[in-house]
Amino acid sequence: MKDRGTPLVEMRDISIAFGGIKAVDHVTIDLYPGEVVGLLGHNGAGKSTLIKCLSGAYQADSGSIIINGEEATIENPRDARRYNIETIYQTLALADNLDAASNLFLGRELTTATGLVDDVRMEAEARKIMGRLNPNFRKFNEPVSALSGGQRQSVAIARAVYFNARILIMDEPTAALGPQETQMVAELIEELKAQGLGIFLIEHDIHSVMKLCDRASVMKNGQLVGTVNVNEVTDEDILGMIILGKQPDRAA
Amino acid sequence: MTAHPTSRTSEGPVKRFMRATELDTRLLGMVGALVLIWIGFHLYGQIVNGFGAFLTPRNLWNLSVQTASIGIMATGMVLVIVTRHIDLSVGSILGFCAIVMGVMQVYVLPQYLGLGHPLIWVIAVLCGLALGTAVGAFHGFLIAYGGIPAFIVTLGGLLVWRGAAFLVARGETISPVDATFALLGGGPYGAVGSTGSWIVGLIACAGIVLLILNGRAQRRKFEFPLRPVWAEAFLGFVGCGIVLGAVLLVNSYPWPKGIVAQYAERNAIELPPEGLFISHGFAIPVLILIAVGIAMTFLMTRTRFGRYVFAIGGNPEAAELAGINTRWMTVKIFALMGFLCGLSSVVASARLNSATNALGTLDELYVIASAVIGGTSLGGGIGTIYGAIIGALVMQSLQTGMVLIGFDAAIQQVVVGTVLVLAVYLDKLYRGKSK
Repeated sequence: MKDRGTPLVEMRDISIAFGGIKAVDHVTIDLYPGEVVGLLGHNGAGKSTLIKCLSGAYQADSGSIIINGEEATIENPRDARRYNIETIYQTLALADNLDAASNLFLGRELTTATGLVDDVRMEAEARKIMGRLNPNFRKFNEPVSALSGGQRQSVAIARAVYFNARILIMDEPTAALGPQETQMVAELIEELKAQGLGIFLIEHDIHSVMKLCDRASVMKNGQLVGTVNVNEVTDEDILGMIILGKQPDRAA
Repeated sequence: MTAHPTSRTSEGPVKRFMRATELDTRLLGMVGALVLIWIGFHLYGQIVNGFGAFLTPRNLWNLSVQTASIGIMATGMVLVIVTRHIDLSVGSILGFCAIVMGVMQVYVLPQYLGLGHPLIWVIAVLCGLALGTAVGAFHGFLIAYGGIPAFIVTLGGLLVWRGAAFLVARGETISPVDATFALLGGGPYGAVGSTGSWIVGLIACAGIVLLILNGRAQRRKFEFPLRPVWAEAFLGFVGCGIVLGAVLLVNSYPWPKGIVAQYAERNAIELPPEGLFISHGFAIPVLILIAVGIAMTFLMTRTRFGRYVFAIGGNPEAAELAGINTRWMTVKIFALMGFLCGLSSVVASARLNSATNALGTLDELYVIASAVIGGTSLGGGIGTIYGAIIGALVMQSLQTGMVLIGFDAAIQQVVVGTVLVLAVYLDKLYRGKSK
């Protein structure tokens, strides 16, 4: 593999156990700028758990996280945000009772000079970014519980993109979307990649992985089966890794 | 977001009015219910007892004072319930704070400062507020960091603090309290009088007008759609009308003859034979409640703290993932609830001019009922401060009304309990429809 400088993120030898069950067992993965790495595996393979160590939702029992060549301590989601790591969770993690702008800026509200939340400015900013991501979005003054699945998804994506993320984690971003919106997300991923972001994409759909990802890391039963360059393998190879835990002959 | 030219012609005048004024239909519903209760009790009194006592300045003034103590705590209960917790200990915290303040101002402080020293009430009040805050923060700590459900922590607190209140003064009633302290509970001297009430009323009207103008300026700055001018004018007119009406009402309730005579004698005023008309004006506890209501509304709608309270209530996990320190927030919310219990205990014990360990018994139920009647959802995430205050007013109106028309305590309990259940059911129907 050609030398690509310092990786944006390296998760080295990460282990985490819940009550004796090893959810993640000595897994090492990395991510370079301008790259999309797919994380694959069955439900319960440990993908989400692994990635939650990076987003600060869980803490690893052992192992280290290295960001831009320096060891990082991520103990909670606030720490992760400080390292410009943004996450789009599978559950979207939206407060249903708040409107789009409040969710977009949750935890990082824009404030006036006196330290009060500046709802008007936040709504104006939200209109701006939503105009770019999803021009059909109109419901700015309603709680997000009143939005469709796709609209909710675009709020969650807008939140990750707005704050100049350098590392983006997407946990099944298209699971709840129709074909048109899925296409929109695919275009967005291409655009962000071109801007030099590193993206971890957790995905079940092999076709999306083949289309969007540069590399794919496959997990099974908490362990890493292997990491492959997507353009060097077939989808059969990847399926074999997921189902059988079998390394293909052309492992990267 | 340009206007909807087609829909304007199809919708009826009521709907257009509601959309233009952006009024909350829930608020209107609650105010409507309140008005119905008031008129109902008045008419019942008039028809059955031959005397409608409810809609008199005297009764409404007393009603406002009686609402203050529950209302103050209900504003805090909104935050607690919105974040999916409950606080069963507020009545006991109130009693405990009241006893400690009573002991401070009657037994402890006079020893050092001398009886009637002007600082006694200040120190006593600060003690009560600090104690309430500390107890609340302790509950919050056990809930957030100990992982004990709020229901259990505060159920324990309900017993612990009531018992502690007894132990502090071995069950004695402490009375009378410091004279200045007693003013905080209302009564003829504990009200701001006619001129003071007009000043309060005019400031409030100026505030309403400023709020409307500021809102327009903000919307214009970011080119959001403006409310039509007639709607703004209507809102301002109604708002100022309610304020000025309240001023006229409290000013038309005169001091009783005995107090006037006492006052005239003390100030060496010649009492004319027809007597003097001295207005009560707004009672101090009511002004405290209004100030708390404004401050809490501000806190909930304009600060990050308030935003996080709603976020935690809407989705605790999402709030945590958004980087909000939800545990510390829980401590702060319960500390604030405790602070408001302390403040409420000032009002309650000052009003009685005494502190007993039984003060505030069953208040937790009225406070929770007020918040819930006021539209706070036990599922979390939804609730308003003004709703809780109106809820407290509804509860108190029911009680006062039933006393006035001579229902026994047993019937009162039946009615209040039924109304609580009914209010939540109506709320559920309303929410189901509006979704």
